[in-house]
Amino acid sequence: MNLMKRKRNLIWSLIKHNMFRQAKTGILLIDIISSKCDLCGCCVGICPEDAIELKESEIFIIDERCTNCSKCIWSCPIEAIKFNKDGVPV
Amino acid sequence: LKDEYDVIVVGAGPAGSMAARFAAEKGVSVIILEKDRDVGYPVRCGEAISKAGVEEFIPIDEKWISAKINKFALVSPDGCEAVIEFGDAGYVLERRIFDYELAKTAADKGAVILTKAYVNGLLFNGDKIAGVKYEFRGEQKEVKGKIVIAADGVESRVARWAGLQTYTDFRDMECCVQVTASNINIDPNTLYFYFGENIAPNGYLWVFPKSGGCANIGVGVGGMVGKKKSALSYLNDFMDKKYPDAPVLTSIAGGVPSTPTLKKISAPGIIIAGDAARQVNPLSGGGIASGMIGGSIAGRIAAESVIRNKPDHIFSYDIEWNNRLGKRHETFNRIKNGIYNFSDEKFNNIAASFLKAPGNKRSLRSLFTVALFNNPSLLIDIAKVFI
Repeated sequence: MNLMKRKRNLIWSLIKHNMFRQAKTGILLIDIISSKCDLCGCCVGICPEDAIELKESEIFIIDERCTNCSKCIWSCPIEAIKFNKDGVPV
Repeated sequence: LKDEYDVIVVGAGPAGSMAARFAAEKGVSVIILEKDRDVGYPVRCGEAISKAGVEEFIPIDEKWISAKINKFALVSPDGCEAVIEFGDAGYVLERRIFDYELAKTAADKGAVILTKAYVNGLLFNGDKIAGVKYEFRGEQKEVKGKIVIAADGVESRVARWAGLQTYTDFRDMECCVQVTASNINIDPNTLYFYFGENIAPNGYLWVFPKSGGCANIGVGVGGMVGKKKSALSYLNDFMDKKYPDAPVLTSIAGGVPSTPTLKKISAPGIIIAGDAARQVNPLSGGGIASGMIGGSIAGRIAAESVIRNKPDHIFSYDIEWNNRLGKRHETFNRIKNGIYNFSDEKFNNIAASFLKAPGNKRSLRSLFTVALFNNPSLLIDIAKVFI
């Protein structure tokens, strides 16, 4: 379902991150670095796909919903979310 | 703990506590579900509030007041300080105690509070919302309710499950980081606001005094800015320049949805309040007072709707909120858009002409006059605030 969106977003992500050759399609490329994360909920509030789950002390991306749109990366105040060109293990 | 309550409130912040209190006051049964272990912690806030904003809901108590404010200082990019004096303008709170006390006022009226309860879904009975699913100490549980009040903050998801579009466009999200540092040598009764493209583009940097020589120093930048440079690096730049040796006691991050309120803040069986409904003053980013107001309206209307057994009554929440603050926030939003487009040069000009006025004539009004002179299109918007 989200594969189409993922592919479309990928192009923008690739331009933005300047890594045309390396990145793969169809897999999760957004990585929340939990050691840096402050659990502030900024990314949850802006996520258009409702793909981030924030509990009391853990945060994770719901793989089936994420479209790799990268908005959470830009909105993170403390740089705790990164674009991972190799894909993130789920 | 019962299986069924009249009103279920998600989130025990100022909006949630007020919603629970005003609903319980009317005699309906209320439960608050809070995901964190403590009410009021972690604090994600600059903690400043106007005097009128607190006094409407809770009598002033010294134990949650960290500083009393009677002056604002607006600092231009070149370092000119435009100081404006007010009578009794407001307070800097100790939020971890304040939120706790607010929740206690709800509990006093008979609301049940359950912490460490993470709401992860809604229960439906056909199309109708019939309660919430939550995780409590690793166990999946359910509680039935007639009305759900979603006061789950900026990371709100409850209303989305009910089919409302509630996510914030990332451009409208003010991404904030704040540190509480000690040994900050500032006036203990002044709120400082710093503006400028190199300090906080599409936002501002604040230095709010707290008791014992501490201060909340934070920065909020627009979401578009975050693409190039994060809020954290703006704050680090400022701290390195201004207070390189100040010990940092706490550091937090957070988002402020700085837009007007959502178009639709109630749906059958659900009411949204506080940050979740974006009941935030978009100009200042302040959300404690407006969250409490939103929560109190939500709680009262939910209770009335239960008592009268009229599910449609909750739609009057939208109207009541818009009359109380919603329309005002829309105007504030337009002023914000005007101000955020100011260049550094313009800020410097405004501050310089403001400082030329004799000391006793400096007021918010004269500042506005100067700002208007620099950007006449603001006039229409400002006029709307006072009419």
